[in-house]
Amino acid sequence: MNSYSQERFDVLVVGAGPAGIAAAVCAAESGARVGIVDDNFAPGGQIWRGELATHSDSTESSRWYGRLKNVEIKALHGNRVFHQPEPGVLLAESVAGLSELKYRNLVLATGARERFLPFPGWTLPNVMGAGGLQALVKSGLPIRGKRVVVAGTGPLLLAVASYLRKHGAEIPLICEQAPWSKLVRFGLALTRFPQKIGQGLRLRQDISGIPFSAGSWPVAANGKNALQEVTISRAGKQQTIHCDYLACGFHLVPNSELPALLGCKTCNGSVQVNELQETTVEGIFCAGEPTGIGGVELALVEGQIAGLSAAKRNSEAQVLFSRREKYRRFARMMDETFCLRPELKKLASADTLVCRCEDVSYARLQEHCSWRGAKLHTRCGMGSCQGRICGPATQFLFKWNPDSVRPPVFPARVESLIGPPAEQSIPVVTGGHQ
Amino acid sequence: MSNELTVRVNGRQVSISVGATVAAAMMIAGQPCRTSVTGEPRGPLCGMGICYECRAVVNGIPHSRTCQMLCEPEMDIRSDE
Amino acid sequence: MRKEAYDVVIVGAGIVGAACADALAERGLRVVVVDYGVVGSGATAAGMGHIVVMDDSDAQFALTNYSQRLWRELRPELPEDVEYEQSGTIWVAADAEEMAEVFRKRDYYQRRGVSVEVLDANQLKEAEPNLRDGMMGGLLVPGDAVLYPPCAARFLIRRAQQRGAKVKLGATVTEISEKGIRASDGQEIAADIVVNAAGANAAELTPGIEIKKRKGHLVITDRYPGFLRHQLVELGYLKSAHSVTSDSVAFNVQPRQTGQILIGSSRQYGAEHKKVDQGILAKMIRRAQEYMPALGSMSAVRVWTGFRAATPDKLPLIGPFPGKKSLFLATGHEGLGITTSLGTAKILAAQVTGAKPEIPVEPYLPSRLAQEYARV
Repeated sequence: MNSYSQERFDVLVVGAGPAGIAAAVCAAESGARVGIVDDNFAPGGQIWRGELATHSDSTESSRWYGRLKNVEIKALHGNRVFHQPEPGVLLAESVAGLSELKYRNLVLATGARERFLPFPGWTLPNVMGAGGLQALVKSGLPIRGKRVVVAGTGPLLLAVASYLRKHGAEIPLICEQAPWSKLVRFGLALTRFPQKIGQGLRLRQDISGIPFSAGSWPVAANGKNALQEVTISRAGKQQTIHCDYLACGFHLVPNSELPALLGCKTCNGSVQVNELQETTVEGIFCAGEPTGIGGVELALVEGQIAGLSAAKRNSEAQVLFSRREKYRRFARMMDETFCLRPELKKLASADTLVCRCEDVSYARLQEHCSWRGAKLHTRCGMGSCQGRICGPATQFLFKWNPDSVRPPVFPARVESLIGPPAEQSIPVVTGGHQ
Repeated sequence: MSNELTVRVNGRQVSISVGATVAAAMMIAGQPCRTSVTGEPRGPLCGMGICYECRAVVNGIPHSRTCQMLCEPEMDIRSDE
Repeated sequence: MRKEAYDVVIVGAGIVGAACADALAERGLRVVVVDYGVVGSGATAAGMGHIVVMDDSDAQFALTNYSQRLWRELRPELPEDVEYEQSGTIWVAADAEEMAEVFRKRDYYQRRGVSVEVLDANQLKEAEPNLRDGMMGGLLVPGDAVLYPPCAARFLIRRAQQRGAKVKLGATVTEISEKGIRASDGQEIAADIVVNAAGANAAELTPGIEIKKRKGHLVITDRYPGFLRHQLVELGYLKSAHSVTSDSVAFNVQPRQTGQILIGSSRQYGAEHKKVDQGILAKMIRRAQEYMPALGSMSAVRVWTGFRAATPDKLPLIGPFPGKKSLFLATGHEGLGITTSLGTAKILAAQVTGAKPEIPVEPYLPSRLAQEYARV
């Protein structure tokens, strides 16, 4: 069953979301031999998931896919990078085998994931992330006629509600934990970003008629073997809503595990980069959400800068600096608007599970004073998700700092950890064809 | 040519569109993907392959991440116990 | 900074330090344990958590056998999270030479009252169906067990605290003197006796003791209940543990109560950094696959390294440090720290209180390596 391939690139891009696509395209257009590796079976990451196939009317993504088609890039979809056996080499695993990826320059565009906070019943089937439910619908889950409560925080909630409604879902309520005052300020500040206004107006139209409640959050999910109803706290009162799905996510956190494994310095979970998007490790660049949650426009411009810098086109990269600065301001606004309120720390009850992989309850975690202590003595964070779900939650609940990262940065087959088979002499397959 | 295919989830036939993931098929069938360490039924959470709640046994292989796996005709899908 | 006074201060809250604290507190002494991390965060966290009898030498057998009995006696009190499981060990023989070793071991253990059973090729296959075909047989030691060390250390520390012991975590000990210890935050703890149970770091605090760091790698898989029933060790393990200079790997797998498989083992001298050594890791996994091919396709969730505290003669240092009345050592346990922690603690407690130890302690006394210390 197991195939093995070896590839060599001038520029290797990890992640085929907007930032990765922009980086790969710019590097390839500059003449570099480029490869892009992503664990999904199609490009787009999360935000552009399925858009290639559905010819979405988002002009941004179609423009980039158009440019992608016109360059020579080796695309390795369905491949997940899990280890660096030596500098300049990454190992990626697919269902069928192992790839050894050699590079001169690396662009890490590993994106972000949703932040989950525990509350009673959050482990019930059909309680999912907001982006999570959207991803499942894009992957074939029928949603027409289903009732979905959307909750949590962040612009993602509106985008998800809009998408779900367009596909026939009934949305009884959107619950945003940020207070109205902050949202109004955010809305007014958006006027500084013309592109955002356009998006905002379209969004307003898409979700018009959907009840929206600010300063509101989920308090419990109930159901026998799956979700049946959600209880919401709203203006100091509680309200129970019968529904089929709860799409609940509390904004995003950077996927900075691979950058950390490669030695890139991070600060508060975000990868540190200089103006050319280069990390503290020479030859390793980082673009998009891992440098700080900032949305798709920022990811695209960072991706372009990273791709151009990796291809040694620094002067062309510099042209984009002011645009990046503009979108960084938007990112800072987002941070400010959607920061988590303290009431969310009190949602979990003693027996609410916080670590879902190892079923560790809130009460058991309260006995510990550090991530390391909790990990060693309760196994919180030692499961397959490697702390990606419970880490951000415990960081918010207890102010713990998740530990150092170890390989494999994602679970991989035991035999894949061996790396390239020593006995085989495989002819090197160079990048350069799609 | 049909835009649908058939897979089996815990023994039951499920019809699903071509291009759909195994996780979607399990949700359509109303079956949990796995049982947790303390016996809770679990289904997909993140939809992007990092939470590992969508793990199931696919064609005999345990711990398969179903949200990143495309359905194939006659695939045998079972909840991970 | 505040000064406090105790009978004993123990440096290190790993399993050995925890066991010593418990044993000394039981005898009514005023004990404090100091550690720079959390309880059981050094080799205790990194190791395999096996409770095994070993026949490398009579002295090693005596200590492991004694300790294993103590663990069996303690078992009923251990909480669930210690995950004590008497899964037994099978020493696997891959060829005729190793099979001869199986019989030698059987004789050795039987003469000393340890229950063992020789398995032929068929019996071995029945006991562990996932071992590859072609093995010659093995020696089953049903009394061996497996547990989860950080929680075992925590249990011992808690019991010590119930007996009056104090614990200071997050404090790095920077100096041991005959008055007590000093920590990195300037705090001084006065004690009549200091016990150095700092494991792989012991030599930093007590210059001259012959403790070298011996790095190991481990891989843990996702849950595969029923795949493995016993701890399995290849008989080449001893060849690996014997070598004092070269890096080596050996086949050693352990079933955890969770159904996860722990895959080891490796030994390196001179490697001081914590990073995973790709060459050694690859070798270790290849070796494991030679014995259990199905391991290869399992999901590996984590890889880590740790440092064993190794002495020149493979026996721990338990007892008074020559020339320093108030300093005792409880360190140098290499790969047997979990097993021998309880025996070490009893011996040390006897030595500190002037009682008679339950087994002869000469082989473990630090003074046996006196020539080394004369250089200090």
